[in-house]
Amino acid sequence: MSEAVAGAAPRTLLDKIWDAHVVVTEPGCPSVLYVDLHLVHEVTSPQAFSGLRARGIGVRRPDRTLATMDHITPTRGGLATLDAESMKMVAALERGAAEFGIPLYRLGERGNGIVHVMGPELGATRPGMTIVCGDSHTSTHGAFGALAFGIGTSEVEHVLATQCLLQRKPKAFEVRVDGRLAPGVSGKDLILAVIAKLGIGGGTGSVFEFRGEAISALSMEARMTVCNMSIEAGARAGLIAPDAKTWEFLRGRPLAPKGEEFEAMVAAGSDLKSDEGATFEGGSIVLDGWTIAPMITWGTNPGMGMAIDASVPDPATMADPGAKAMAEKALKYMGFEGGQPLLGKAIDVVFIGSCTNSRLSDLQAAADIVRGKKVADGVRMLVVPGSVNIKREAEALGLDRIFMDAGAEWRDAGCSMCIAMNGDLVPPGQLAVSTSNRNFEGRQGPGSRTLLASPATAAASAVRGAVADPREVA
Amino acid sequence: MSEREKFGEVLSHAVPLAVDNIDTDQIIPARFLRVTHKDGLAEVVFSDWRKDPDFVLNRPTSAGAKILVAGDNFGCGSSREHAPWALVAWGFRVVVSTRFADIFRNNALKNGLLPVQVEAKVVQKMLAAIADDPTTVFEVDLQRQVLVMPTGEPVRFPIDAFSKKCLLEGVDELGYLLGHEAAIAAFEARRGEAQPAGASG
Repeated sequence: MSEAVAGAAPRTLLDKIWDAHVVVTEPGCPSVLYVDLHLVHEVTSPQAFSGLRARGIGVRRPDRTLATMDHITPTRGGLATLDAESMKMVAALERGAAEFGIPLYRLGERGNGIVHVMGPELGATRPGMTIVCGDSHTSTHGAFGALAFGIGTSEVEHVLATQCLLQRKPKAFEVRVDGRLAPGVSGKDLILAVIAKLGIGGGTGSVFEFRGEAISALSMEARMTVCNMSIEAGARAGLIAPDAKTWEFLRGRPLAPKGEEFEAMVAAGSDLKSDEGATFEGGSIVLDGWTIAPMITWGTNPGMGMAIDASVPDPATMADPGAKAMAEKALKYMGFEGGQPLLGKAIDVVFIGSCTNSRLSDLQAAADIVRGKKVADGVRMLVVPGSVNIKREAEALGLDRIFMDAGAEWRDAGCSMCIAMNGDLVPPGQLAVSTSNRNFEGRQGPGSRTLLASPATAAASAVRGAVADPREVA
Repeated sequence: MSEREKFGEVLSHAVPLAVDNIDTDQIIPARFLRVTHKDGLAEVVFSDWRKDPDFVLNRPTSAGAKILVAGDNFGCGSSREHAPWALVAWGFRVVVSTRFADIFRNNALKNGLLPVQVEAKVVQKMLAAIADDPTTVFEVDLQRQVLVMPTGEPVRFPIDAFSKKCLLEGVDELGYLLGHEAAIAAFEARRGEAQPAGASG
């Protein structure tokens, strides 16, 4: 691990991880960047495996590769319920993993889960690493001080073949959140507030480094939620410097180093932070944690967010013609009127899950609200834990009973209704409060309408049958 | 649509899609990602928007166009490479926008789809010209890095030298990476590499 060199320019955390992974940079070319951990799932890998076969080459470091099935897998009934098309994708992953020696966590097995829940849970995700996956929410792993970003299928093939990627260095962008979050306000609200401030493209070309008192105060799970949605402001990745919480989270995890090796990792990790005076070339914003309210989105991208008790923006008052056109298009799709509040608006579906909010603390936050109550008539509530382990832990705590007694559906782990590839979807025209990460048109099923919010807000809304402020449903 | 096909000069009319923040879920909805190959994606590009008979891709004037003129921040959201695969399958070779999402840009360049980033006023001029006459032809000359407007006015666009070379000469990026095997092995040796999956960097 690099030591600060006397007289050297101060470096950001991004600089340090980047510098430690550059294999070579030829003049006029992007850098050859070494990848420490490559996560693979069934949707973005089949064509990459085919590409390797076409070239007659193998996987260079199967020991630095981990595979899971999560995107199209059923959350009830197991693989037997899959249609032929989906079964072919699962079979392609099984075949690729077997042929190239990649460890695969099969559906329902211990360790299996949503790819970005699985990595940290196993202790495969660790500070200072470079981590990639054919999935934009790979940014999640940045919560551990790892440079983690999503790639396309061609790049999946590149990493499988060479353990490297051709990359140009992104710019470090500081997102500082001072103060503390108010009671009832979560990591999800924090990141929705950041995205609302920067807009959906505001982080393009950058890697966010989240810092400040409010970030330090977050649990590892909340930090993962925050980094997860960095991509929703256009940033390739989110980063948080490791601290005592990071090491405690990792200690004892199945794939984490043990004993002296673990202590050596902790010691080496003390340099994994931005130096005093380091320049954030991408930009810098500061938020006051105390001023962040529970957030909800009103439109068709994650940047269209507002405090839950605010009114939907009125396009008529917007000066910028581009913003006005986007708002008008979004409101037309959502069926909302500018200037109206969302609180009290009747909803049809509540989804608790996804790589953003399916960890144990998310399920606990939702369970705390529905405990002893009923999901409102006419509302369907789906609770999908992020991994097989989380499901078991939740059941050991009796959370499954709390949800089922309230009338919610308690499902098996997977991406489920966030991407709606497995049959779990929001029917056309229905309005969902979802703890996932994208409210794009049709994201949760053709014609679906999505309001993104925290687990507490989603659960409160399920109980009320309408958009509700979690601070008022105790 | 071989990714190693050389990128030639593009001389074509253009499809106007003046919507900002077009995400890859719109370009190809997730339900069409259940494929283990890259075929047939032309049918599903902008699938949900094409349900509207008046959507621009449904108009006869769009047939055969190789250029898409889009709003700001094109290709945001999901990393699915199926988005450029589908655009290329439909026939597009160039997307013009004021900004491209990072992952989409990378994916496009690997599939012979050229992201042409220009100022908003250029997009406005293109849209006005297309509104006036949908058969208006634009030229994209990657060698010179210019988009030529119907008036003959050249508009320079940025592209890094490596991507340009890859597109023009059909250079295979994976071949380039494989050529660095010795350096990669030396890098691993330097780090004392002999550790299990995901050893700390």
